[in-house]
Amino acid sequence: MSILVNKDTRLVVQGITGKTGTFHTQQCVEYGTNVVAGVTPGKGGQMWEDKVPVCNTVEEAVQQHGANASVIYVPPAFAADSILEAIEADIPLVICITEGVPVRDMAEVRRRLYFHNTKTRLIGPNCPGIITPGECKIGIMPGYIHKPGRVGVVSRSGTLTYEAVWQLSQRGHGQSTCIGIGGDPINGTSQLDAVRMLNEDPETDAIIMIGEIGGSAEEDACAYIKAHVKKPVAGFIAGASAPKGRTMGHAGAIVSASGAGTAEAKFAAMEDAGVSIARNPSEIADALLRIYKG
Amino acid sequence: MNIHEYQAKRLLQEYEVPVPRGYAATNSREVETAISHLGDDMIVVKAQIHAGGRGKGTFTDGYKGGVKVVKGREAALDAANHMLDNTLVTAQTGPEGRKVQTLYFTEACDIEHEYYLAIVLDRETAQSMIIASTEGGTDIEAVAEETPEKLVRVPISPTMGLRHYHCRRVAFALGFEGDQVKQFARILTGLYKMYWEKNAMLVEINPLVTTKQGQLMALDAKVSFDANAIFQHPEIQQLRDLNEEDPKEIEASKHNLAYIALDGNIACMVNGAGLAMATMDIIKSFGGEPANFLDVGGGANEDQVTAAFKIILSDPNVKGILVNIFGGIMKCDVIARGIVAAARNVDITVPLVVRLEGTNVEAGKKILRESGVALTPADSLAQAAEIIVDQVKNG
Repeated sequence: MSILVNKDTRLVVQGITGKTGTFHTQQCVEYGTNVVAGVTPGKGGQMWEDKVPVCNTVEEAVQQHGANASVIYVPPAFAADSILEAIEADIPLVICITEGVPVRDMAEVRRRLYFHNTKTRLIGPNCPGIITPGECKIGIMPGYIHKPGRVGVVSRSGTLTYEAVWQLSQRGHGQSTCIGIGGDPINGTSQLDAVRMLNEDPETDAIIMIGEIGGSAEEDACAYIKAHVKKPVAGFIAGASAPKGRTMGHAGAIVSASGAGTAEAKFAAMEDAGVSIARNPSEIADALLRIYKG
Repeated sequence: MNIHEYQAKRLLQEYEVPVPRGYAATNSREVETAISHLGDDMIVVKAQIHAGGRGKGTFTDGYKGGVKVVKGREAALDAANHMLDNTLVTAQTGPEGRKVQTLYFTEACDIEHEYYLAIVLDRETAQSMIIASTEGGTDIEAVAEETPEKLVRVPISPTMGLRHYHCRRVAFALGFEGDQVKQFARILTGLYKMYWEKNAMLVEINPLVTTKQGQLMALDAKVSFDANAIFQHPEIQQLRDLNEEDPKEIEASKHNLAYIALDGNIACMVNGAGLAMATMDIIKSFGGEPANFLDVGGGANEDQVTAAFKIILSDPNVKGILVNIFGGIMKCDVIARGIVAAARNVDITVPLVVRLEGTNVEAGKKILRESGVALTPADSLAQAAEIIVDQVKNG
């Protein structure tokens, strides 16, 4: 009942011995995620917390431990390098949590992803990760707010996603898979990619899409929703009150000086696509439940 | 991060893009030196602020124009005396304007035609995009709106980079011939190299001119850099002008807090950028006006929360505070202790509404309840927004 990750996911953690990597890996292991290896160059052969073997390269993690997904907690200056290493090791799913990756690095990564017969799907960077409740948690989201179910959630924001998930769980609706695609201007998986996967997933009955000002990812997804999605979809856009020309915390959250990427334009695209709109962040689950009884 | 025109032109020169000879000055002694370097002929005097529309701007004392072309050193000195330390209001500065603390003096040139040339990072295609037009010197957004056919757009792959045929393609599209094609190619090559090597998000020459003598030259320049890549470029970091930034935002950046000052009177403190924006939105939807955007991040500690309160309260417009925390990995009890410690450290004289949700929420609420700190707890975001808007409006 999920996309991308489930109980068969075999995770390698790039940057496992760092402070952030260690903390969040502990949380993921506690949740039940199958962490088969870690990568810290130079520490190959060691054991992390007496539990997980550490490798020098991603390739070793794949060959020796059968890793089929990777999560990246390395500092921003080295994040693109880590993503490229995982891509060249043919890992099918790479999730980059790191915030602050130079956008030029991401432009190069995206080129590599799109034009070299890549087997990899990248999620992030600057994202909370992905979770299939009850089966596999990869990333920094609090596991306990989720519950297994049939609503798919995709979002550019971390805590705002928790807000929506929490609203769903409290109203008795579980989630199939929740994906944080990240707040950067260039990322690996778009709103459209995620909505399409959730639409094609037989175990997902309804979709929540949470966007932000800046770019046209939500408009693109809405065009797809209008043409192809029969499942109920609800949506919210953060940043209606943001001033023009200022980057609102997330590098990608900016209404350009010319007025492109506004919340109003995105709400209008949602309206046109028949998406049930939450005008207010405390009504995201209710917006879905107006059109989906579960 | 943005830099001034004179800084951008020095960078352009390093990349062999021709610019008029010019000198910057920050006080009257430097002004005299700068002017003495230029001939007693046509001189351009330009106010250096991080905002466009300078030429059409007006100073708060009524003096018109932040860019002046004058004849002779005497007239240049007179214009400089009007501009330096005066406040310039343009379409992009907002009504409060910006204090002019640096002037730039350049040689004037005989303009034949004005072009527009820029390289930007295009997020939709994840490529660099060259944007050029024969309609330079004007507002390029208006050209894009009214006569989009006059804009030339050429995407550049980040892995292949700029090739000579790209340069020729843009040069011919702009109608250049003969030697000017070569001049243009050199300029575009230098511009792209600078854009790429310095991790710029935007480099813009508006206008790029041809002179009556047939030379191509950059008369104005705007550059903005990727904040995420600044750590790789200490030489660019040095160009940061703190006078152009809100002091509260400078203070916030020292504590790794993402803070943006706004015009309203309800301050907010939130964890996560998306939730912080959504909190501003909900304040507005209940009829209030947010005083700021503030993301304390996922791992905020007591010191950061205290610093955040101090920054919020240094804004005299603030009449109430809404704290909205969704505890994930960051536990609510830790945040609650931070709020209590901050409240003891900082004199909070305005209504404070706190909404906690998520990990260890009950422990967090208990800490707030037993602390004796004057605050109103709220159970939902909507309730929190409603209460703070009401308290600020009705006292």
